[in-house]
Amino acid sequence: MTTAAKPGGPPAPKATVNKAGLSKPDYRGLPSTLCAGCGHDSIASQIIQSAFELSLKPHQIIKLSGIGCSSKSPAYFLSRSHGINVVHGRMPSIATGAMLANRNMLAIGVSGDGDTGSIGLGQYKHMLRRNVPMVYIIENNGVYGLTKGQFSATADLGQKLKYAGTNELMPIDLCLEAIIAECGFVARSFAGDAKQVRELLKAAMSYNGTAVLDIISPCVTFNNHAESTKSYTFGKEHEEILQDINFVQAYEEIEVDYEPGSVQEVKLHDGPTILLRKVEARKGGKGEQEGTQATNGEVRYHDPTDKLAALRLLEEAREKQEFITGLLYINESRPTLLDLERLPETALIAMSEEQLRPSREAFAAALAEFA
Amino acid sequence: MSTAAVDTAPRAVGLDPNRDPVNDFSIVAATVNGSGSQTANSTLIRALFKMGIPVNGKNLFPSNISGLPTWYTIRVSKDGYIARRDTTEVLIAFNQQTAAQDLAALPVGGVCLYPEDAKFERSRDDVTYYPLPVKKMIADLGVDKKLVDRVANMVYVGALAQLLGIEREAIREALSYYLGGKQKAVELNYNVVVASADWARDNLPKQDPFRVERMDKTEGLILIDGNTAAGIGALVGGMTVTAWYPITPATSLADALNEYAPKLRKDPKTDQPTYAIVQAEDEIAAIGMVLGAGWMGARAMTSTSGPGISLMTEFVGFGYFAEVPGVIWDVMRMGPSTGLPTRVSQGDVLKAYYLGHGDVRNICLLPGNVQECFEFGQTAFDLAERLQQPVLVLSDLDLGMNNWMTRPFEYPTTPLDRGKVLDAEQLKQMENWGRYKDVDGDGIPYRTLPGNENPMASYFTRGSGHNENAGYTERPDDWIKNMARLARKHETARTIVPKPVVDRREGAKVGIIGYGSTDPAIVEARDRLHSQLGLETSYMRLRALPLGEEVRQFVAEYDRVYVIELNSDGQMHKLLQLHTPEYATKLVSMAHNDGLPLTPRLVTDQINEMEQTR
Ligand SMILES: Cc1ncc(C[n+]2csc(CCOP(=O)(O)OP(=O)(O)O)c2C)c(N)n1
Ligand code: SF4
Repeated sequence: MTTAAKPGGPPAPKATVNKAGLSKPDYRGLPSTLCAGCGHDSIASQIIQSAFELSLKPHQIIKLSGIGCSSKSPAYFLSRSHGINVVHGRMPSIATGAMLANRNMLAIGVSGDGDTGSIGLGQYKHMLRRNVPMVYIIENNGVYGLTKGQFSATADLGQKLKYAGTNELMPIDLCLEAIIAECGFVARSFAGDAKQVRELLKAAMSYNGTAVLDIISPCVTFNNHAESTKSYTFGKEHEEILQDINFVQAYEEIEVDYEPGSVQEVKLHDGPTILLRKVEARKGGKGEQEGTQATNGEVRYHDPTDKLAALRLLEEAREKQEFITGLLYINESRPTLLDLERLPETALIAMSEEQLRPSREAFAAALAEFA
Repeated sequence: MSTAAVDTAPRAVGLDPNRDPVNDFSIVAATVNGSGSQTANSTLIRALFKMGIPVNGKNLFPSNISGLPTWYTIRVSKDGYIARRDTTEVLIAFNQQTAAQDLAALPVGGVCLYPEDAKFERSRDDVTYYPLPVKKMIADLGVDKKLVDRVANMVYVGALAQLLGIEREAIREALSYYLGGKQKAVELNYNVVVASADWARDNLPKQDPFRVERMDKTEGLILIDGNTAAGIGALVGGMTVTAWYPITPATSLADALNEYAPKLRKDPKTDQPTYAIVQAEDEIAAIGMVLGAGWMGARAMTSTSGPGISLMTEFVGFGYFAEVPGVIWDVMRMGPSTGLPTRVSQGDVLKAYYLGHGDVRNICLLPGNVQECFEFGQTAFDLAERLQQPVLVLSDLDLGMNNWMTRPFEYPTTPLDRGKVLDAEQLKQMENWGRYKDVDGDGIPYRTLPGNENPMASYFTRGSGHNENAGYTERPDDWIKNMARLARKHETARTIVPKPVVDRREGAKVGIIGYGSTDPAIVEARDRLHSQLGLETSYMRLRALPLGEEVRQFVAEYDRVYVIELNSDGQMHKLLQLHTPEYATKLVSMAHNDGLPLTPRLVTDQINEMEQTR
């Protein structure tokens, strides 16, 4: 069971203030209406924490979601941000339009595995292909929560559900889909691993382009039984952490307390840095020692700037039904949709009427063509 | 199917001996789709236009890239009538597949030009034939083999120029217009025209009465299609985000935006675009992008046709209920799925008005000419932002894809209406604020845009039940209250959407209601009903939904009101009956749907027949 606090609730009594002059309660949302213990709430808490730690200004953030329990969660964080909860699976297109209109916002999208992996797969792929600048979080529980327990497209082969029976279809791996669609920031995490979720979120919020976070987020009501690969128990026992991840903001001095040589540093746009320390793969269930080596006896090392290595890693994990978490792939060199559209720095919505209308001369010249 | 073959008129009606055939006849060029006839036909119409003669051109084409028959009709009308005519007197029979049918459709005394080197049977003896040695002429000119197909059609342009009296200089100007002034191409085509015209002068003695003469009736006018007019209108109207997906007949609207946006909408200081145009992966994504941008505060639009709006249904309903502005140009075509994608229809009226789920009623604009395609380019945004909801513009294939004469569009004099948007400063003056509060009693609430730094500004936009403060609610009273406000907003819309255009005639007992591209046929039919049958009619051309009080008054005034439209079930007729239930029996549906633009004769004959049998 996760120990992460439910978002919302009464403000903390003594609030420390961040660089934006805001305290943590300023980043909260409404009290959650999700089932107690739902993984989605843990993720919402980390969004609150990350935005607070990064001193983001809530009014410069937009929250977007599709349909599902997961998609309800934007109401439970950042209540000082504008939010929009649209139709099933089509949040990516809303985010695309919104970012074209106002490039100066930070977009945080929350979706579910049904929302993204089934009805929304097309929009998901096209958002990635366009590299729309946004944080795209998939709260992945392998099941449809809001419609009460049908399989989603990410459910693992052989999974069992009370009413739906046994899943006989191959799962869709949304991280694999992201990497082959050239997404430049792809990570997988586990809602029960608050620190990793938080550090990845901070890195994603600082990334210039689509940043995908596929977070296994157990559904305590419909898919948390012992054999489920999307349960808390499974997550805790099988999570293989790729790296110890630390996000360092641009204005902080980078202090490396890792052993030199084993730390990989990834610089992001405008200065912030991600520090990745390789960890030895953990394996096995309860009782096994942390730090034991992977099944084949080798210590796994992953270079997240190597696309093929990331694909291989995920493919192997899929074959072995391993649950690997961490930063899978990062590439900052792709232009975003806004670059490709050659949009000016001024947001389109901030254009004056003069800029929105052609000059009289240009207008007359265009019409003269038809005489 | 030939254009003329579908005309309900008997064939051998003969030419009216009282009619002066100068500047008053129609031409049809029957060619093979993809044979390069477009340049030839466009050149012909623009040359006539440049001679000051009123013209209208319609491309009646199949859903096919190349190979099937296509008909381009040009109406030449000294009186300025621009509707499709039911008879075409001059036939260019350049498609062997349809030559027999096309010839059969000519009126007695008609004219037929055909390529002598193709198989052609002169099956009638009551028309004038002009055979043209096309292959030989082209060979004699030594045209490069690769270019032969492109210029062969210029042979009929040259021959017609000689036979009808189209000025060579006008043809040269028109060619230069279409070929973008590319001198080499202009010369090549023009040489064929001259050679053919000279040959016709020497070998084809004139045997028919049809002629053109220079006039001054097109001075100062332009010739433009509705989709281009709409595109330019949107660019003048402050469009910033367009997302679209290819579909005939709406594609040329997006093409026009792509062509004219760089010319019209670059920031003079930075030279960067002040807009974004995205080809979406489908219509759902297109409307999603539009609503995302509209939610942010941008003027966003998409262009599509019927199959596209059906895919947009869920999002449009969402936009209506969540109150997000956006503009959808529905250039209507015929039938379901692919239906008849290159045929005109006004079949989306009911669907568009109610597009969405639950109690949705959308704003629909109904442009009736290219002027309005241009004007509504801005009007649609003004209304979408003022009313905070999606606005559909129901254009159609005839209006959108064909060329029409019009006076040049005027640079707008009214500022952009951005609606009720509160900035951070305005919020400061307020004690409280609720996104969905009806402060002014007109049903239109105030909105804030994302990015507003006032802590009061933020709210959650959603398709689920919400109260005045945008809070989630499932309370029955909240739902009823919100729907009542939306209904109030719709009543406000009734009073601010474009008013119908009305022409009342004294003594008229019969009213006519129409909309969209049927207007020219109705105008001409009314003149004929008056001059030939002595029947006086009044006419109201609708320009928007919802219908207003003035519509009820109009219906009230007449004994019978004919509702003319291009669909099978009389969709506007039904909306009118709903709007004026007390006069429902006065409203007579004249719905017609064969995929072709309406002809005046259809209107005249039907009204005449119905009036006779009363
Ligand atoms: C809902 C809908 N949107 C758009 C269209 C228009 N449309 C017809 S064919 C087509 C594209 C077909 O592309 P492709 O499958 O690549 O075939 P190609 O024409 O290239 O052979 C489109 C967009 C349609 N018929 N229905
Ligand atoms: S049903 Fe499952 S996913 Fe939905 S709120 Fe409950 S636990 Fe979370």
